[in-house]
Amino acid sequence: MSVLIFIDHSEGQVKKVSLEALSYGAALAGQLGVSAEGILLGTVGMDLSTLGRFGAKKIHQAAQEGLNHLDAQVYAKIIADAVTATGATVVIFPNNFSGKAVAPRVAARLKAGLVSGAVALPDTANGFVVKKTVFSGKAFAHVALNTPLKVIALNPNSYPIREGEGSGSAEVVALSVTATAPKVKVVSATQATGEVPLTEAELVVSGGRGLKGPENWGIIEDLAKALGAATACSRPVADSGWRPHHEHVGQTGIAIAPNLYIAIGISGAIQHLAGVNRSKVIVVINKDPEAPFFKAADYGIVGDAFEVVPKMTEAVKKLKG
Amino acid sequence: MKILVCISKTPDTTAKISFTQNNTKFSSDGVQWIINPYDEWYALVRAIELKEKDPSTVLHLVTVGLADTEPIIRKALAIGGDEAIRVNADSADPFYIAAQIADVARQGGYDLIFTGKETIDYNGSSIGGMVAELMDWPYIPLAVKFELNGTVATVVRETEGGEETDEATLPLLVSCQKGVAEQRIPNMKGIMSARTKPLKVVEPVAAETLTSIVSFELPPAKAGVKLIPADNPAELIRLLHEEAKVF
Ligand SMILES: Cc1cc2nc3c(=O)[nH]c(=O)nc-3n(C[C@H](O)[C@H](O)[C@H](O)COP(=O)(O)OP(=O)(O)OC[C@H]3O[C@@H](n4cnc5c(N)ncnc54)[C@H](O)[C@@H]3O)c2cc1C
Repeated sequence: MSVLIFIDHSEGQVKKVSLEALSYGAALAGQLGVSAEGILLGTVGMDLSTLGRFGAKKIHQAAQEGLNHLDAQVYAKIIADAVTATGATVVIFPNNFSGKAVAPRVAARLKAGLVSGAVALPDTANGFVVKKTVFSGKAFAHVALNTPLKVIALNPNSYPIREGEGSGSAEVVALSVTATAPKVKVVSATQATGEVPLTEAELVVSGGRGLKGPENWGIIEDLAKALGAATACSRPVADSGWRPHHEHVGQTGIAIAPNLYIAIGISGAIQHLAGVNRSKVIVVINKDPEAPFFKAADYGIVGDAFEVVPKMTEAVKKLKG
Repeated sequence: MKILVCISKTPDTTAKISFTQNNTKFSSDGVQWIINPYDEWYALVRAIELKEKDPSTVLHLVTVGLADTEPIIRKALAIGGDEAIRVNADSADPFYIAAQIADVARQGGYDLIFTGKETIDYNGSSIGGMVAELMDWPYIPLAVKFELNGTVATVVRETEGGEETDEATLPLLVSCQKGVAEQRIPNMKGIMSARTKPLKVVEPVAAETLTSIVSFELPPAKAGVKLIPADNPAELIRLLHEEAKVF
């Protein structure tokens, strides 16, 4: 029996969310008294045995270059077969774009109960109950998985990466697969290089309509750069084409849970809050003391963003030397 | 060409979220219900556009819900679509719901199925993938653009910090988000004609419920904001560094 963890990767790198999933899976395996094992489809530029640092005993790898590109249908079959072959009872995915594509298919294929958007380890004292976000971050639900086989998709930034709990070195086992030809053909793919994906970012600086226009985004970018943060925006900002739509956070955009969210010139509408209120610390810069965002904030400055933000950037630079 | 669009009923985005019966039930007191925005704005509208381009297209809507979902499905029909199917069941388990939709899809012989990217209540993002698996169809999630040329679809989907352009031959299931289409407001003619469009009610097929919600919980309230004077942003940075320790 084991907990099997899906290790997502791109461009030869294991993603941060995969390390979170490994740490989560290892902790769960400890709780259940079984072993934690990873599964990686494709090839990466690292020694996979080092993933043992995160508690994995074994890494099952199907080292075929053709698998480097995720195809939900092909992946689901391979993973479901591996679950059966390894006798895993729980499968963990990161709830990122890849996990959202594959986890539901694996669950349906194996008739396993699925909880997507998990934010904590399962409560196994009485059954198997997992806490997840619902109502776009406005609440949580405790969901019981009533099947022998279970699938959990873990939200990014919800479980800390823990090193050094396992033996340190994982056994890498070749997974032999006969991959079927994908029915979806990838014509092209673009990747914003060098940038931290918003869902994985620990620090986020976000701008709203209060910034008046795209030409003013320099102050947001400067602060983000000084902090090493990702940038985000409110919906009207993306709708007006001031910023790319993948930066749009909120109920109808991306939901994020960074350690720090700095909201600049954003009023704090309920739909915006829904996507960001799981941030650990929220800072609001707004010239209107009545802006609803202040009610959801930990720190705030009532003031003009154009004056306040450059000074924040300066202070960060000074602090970081 | 036959298209099926999955429609879900969700609380309005401004609805106050609270629970009753010892935090085991969502409190629908005073809650306005809407069509899940992703289903309405993107999935449904893109399907209507495809039908406008090729009027021979048959466009059906499906929802899994009790009789109280009918106003929502009528509203969807007012925006567009030829007829709707309501599976008369109530469940929060994605597998159960997916099994119902897959059954409707098999019986209807559709070429293309659209869902929204997720529902704004349970945020599972899982129905599309499950239906595709149950039907052994390809599935392209989180589409931001959808074009159809004969039976070949070209879909741009969002990936972590990037985009991917995919091509697939129908049948195909696609989950839709912003970019796929623009929201449409139903007009008077649409509202009138929706009243007479067929709304078939079918009973659910046998399917297992694999999960159940034990209870709900609201996030803890914030302690209150600490305000820093506007002339001292450096103090805010100091607090974030030394007190909150976020960087
Ligand atoms: C169904 C639905 C879904 C939605 N989903 C989302 C979503 O996912 N994400 C989202 O963000 N919104 C969403 N919205 C929109 C949301 O309701 C708000 O309209 C939107 O968030 C407002 O954006 P904003 O705060 O940038 O702009 P505004 O509300 O216009 O606020 C601008 C703020 O900037 C402040 N300001 C102005 N000048 C300055 C200055 N010089 N210095 C400092 N502050 C200044 C103002 O005081 C004001 O508070 C949704 C709405 C609906 C109906």
